[in-house]
Amino acid sequence: MTEPSPDGLARRHRSRRIVLPLTVVSAVVAGTVLSGCGQQRDDDVYTVMNSSTDESYHRWDGDTLARCSKQLGITIEQQSVPAAQLMTKALRMASSKSLPDVLQLDASEMPTFAEAGGLIPLKDLGLTTTDIPEGIVDFGSFDGKYYGAARTVNTLALFYNKDTLDKAGLKVPTTWAEMQSTARKLTRGKQYGLALSAGGAEDGVFQFTPFMWSNGGDETKLDSPEVAGALDYWKALLKDGSLSKSTVNWTQADVNDQFMAGNAAMMINGPWQVETLNAKKGLNWGIARIPVPEAGDDSVGPLGGGVLTVPNTGDTERERTAAKIIGCMAGEQEQITYALNSWMVPANSKAAAVWRTKAPELAALAGQVSTARSRTAKVGAQWSSVSLALQSAFQSALTGESSEAALKRAQQQVTSGN
Amino acid sequence: MSSTTASAAAPPAGPKAADAGAASMPVNPRSAKRRRTLAQWGFIAPAVIFMALFFGYPLVRNVVMSFQDYSPSTFFTGEAPFNGLDNWNNVFSDGLFGKALWQTILFTIGSLAGQFCIGLALAVFFTRRFPLNGILRSLILLPWLVPMVVSGIVWRRIFDQDTGVLNSFLGTVGLPADTPWLTSTGMALVSVILVNIWIGIPFNMVILYGGLQEVPKELNEAAALDGASAWRTFRSVTLPMLKPVITVVLVLGFMSTVKILDLVLALTDGGPADSTQTLGTLTYQNSFVQMDFGAGAVVGNILILISAVFAVFYLRVNRNEGK
Repeated sequence: MTEPSPDGLARRHRSRRIVLPLTVVSAVVAGTVLSGCGQQRDDDVYTVMNSSTDESYHRWDGDTLARCSKQLGITIEQQSVPAAQLMTKALRMASSKSLPDVLQLDASEMPTFAEAGGLIPLKDLGLTTTDIPEGIVDFGSFDGKYYGAARTVNTLALFYNKDTLDKAGLKVPTTWAEMQSTARKLTRGKQYGLALSAGGAEDGVFQFTPFMWSNGGDETKLDSPEVAGALDYWKALLKDGSLSKSTVNWTQADVNDQFMAGNAAMMINGPWQVETLNAKKGLNWGIARIPVPEAGDDSVGPLGGGVLTVPNTGDTERERTAAKIIGCMAGEQEQITYALNSWMVPANSKAAAVWRTKAPELAALAGQVSTARSRTAKVGAQWSSVSLALQSAFQSALTGESSEAALKRAQQQVTSGN
Repeated sequence: MSSTTASAAAPPAGPKAADAGAASMPVNPRSAKRRRTLAQWGFIAPAVIFMALFFGYPLVRNVVMSFQDYSPSTFFTGEAPFNGLDNWNNVFSDGLFGKALWQTILFTIGSLAGQFCIGLALAVFFTRRFPLNGILRSLILLPWLVPMVVSGIVWRRIFDQDTGVLNSFLGTVGLPADTPWLTSTGMALVSVILVNIWIGIPFNMVILYGGLQEVPKELNEAAALDGASAWRTFRSVTLPMLKPVITVVLVLGFMSTVKILDLVLALTDGGPADSTQTLGTLTYQNSFVQMDFGAGAVVGNILILISAVFAVFYLRVNRNEGK
């Protein structure tokens, strides 16, 4: 390589001409990549990030934001990210200091974000909790501070096929014993008496909570006899054949599919399925509270849904405006509109009263919401560990292990912090 | 290209005039050499920068992260205090890790064996000439075209114990129709492996089919003339000739199998009762469900290490082939 090439001159020129552009290209590529990290904020444009990726939800939120933009005299933009990616996306935005002005988080994820110091308490920004029931204030709170305003909340209820129950001459069950016998009677041929989700993800845990809580059990002590009792009840339903063995593999959407296909006479599910249920012609469904262990017990369901939060961006002026945006989005009228669209229950009690007159068929849901509980009120950001341990436990129990042993292991798992 | 030649032909102008002046003097070999070295680095630079940015940085970052207490608050404060071997201890003391590791091994061996054997059999089958050969061969590619998550969701329906197509088919041909494909802790991993074999067959078949085309026909004919049976010919002539291709297929297959995540999430979510957790799903669960990024990084590093061992093995084998 040391000897000069015959056409050294031309080669040298060419090589130099190539070196420069190549270096420039590399620099430009590197520059573009790095500059993607920092984003500039526009003074009059505010962003709301949510998980409304479904067309209908995206449109409803868009309409709401258009009305609020007008009311507040600013421009509000919507940015929708798939629910499963919202949390990690928001964390990434936090590290690159490009958080949106309003962030809609799933209530079970909110404590993680709040614990990290990522949220501003809404009361500091001038929002109040007047007319919001205590359970729903708790739902949006972490460590005693109110961080998230819910527009609507949802919970689980018992959906039943009216025709099937009528034909069999059976009443809608209200206690565990009634539900077990009704389900057994309705189990025939391809049809199971009941469908629920015991899948290995949050869906399954969400569905287990009404049984655990109504039986007096608690997520802070998974190895208590009350939690075991609830799990034994699930096991009994499975043993009777009233639940399909596939229950451990079903998500809530699968449960809904089974119900619509006539493979289940009753199901535990949430109001977000109503839109799909109504689209199926000839399906005559009703809704009731989830049955309780003994007559007279409270039916305690889990509260679900998103809360609107103000991320900590360090810009006090914008944070105040963000709180105003939340005030508008969670205003009484907007709540009613959103609730009627999405089949959920308004968070504000005045709005809920109006909603009840407009959606009487969902009255059972409003009752269920009034006693419902937040999953994270007691364990806060630890919920994800509890949830993982619990799903592993009920799946083990449903596939053969004893409830006591499975739950004991789950409690150890939570305590040891793994 | 044309611009280079055009400008090379054009008379040097501006600053280049100085170069031309220098060139008219006796050529300075040292500066020529330096320019050439510079040019060489200029060509390598984009690749080096790219690799460092998109492969080196995340890799190093992941290793560092596994020794840090990396929690959601890190994203706000930027602080991730080093905590020594805490993350590693936590991961190893969690019973789930051993289980996931064992299941990953079973999954990988099972998938590779199944994919390879069926893929090879089909590849040999398609080397024969028969009508519809091309059409059938392209039909077999279908699983390859379907995104992993879609396959997972479709197979979950097929495997449904009560309403799934598979059991109802088995029922109609008189076989037991209530196999708990995805709902028993003993069966779920087997089912996941079966789906992965189904997905992996096309890749194995295509590469091995390509390899078979390279085996000279004369060799088989010569073996046949020597009186070797078809099986003997295959074992003693075809397989040794295929060896380099087989190494490629197995090593690439290994790397894509050992990190399996999406398929398991779509089929079983790691359940029932963690019976289908693999190292891939464990990383996901640690990092994105529990938000314990340090623990997630530990499992991720172990996966990288396993793949790296096989990559080195692959490079060695290839180097020997070259000699």
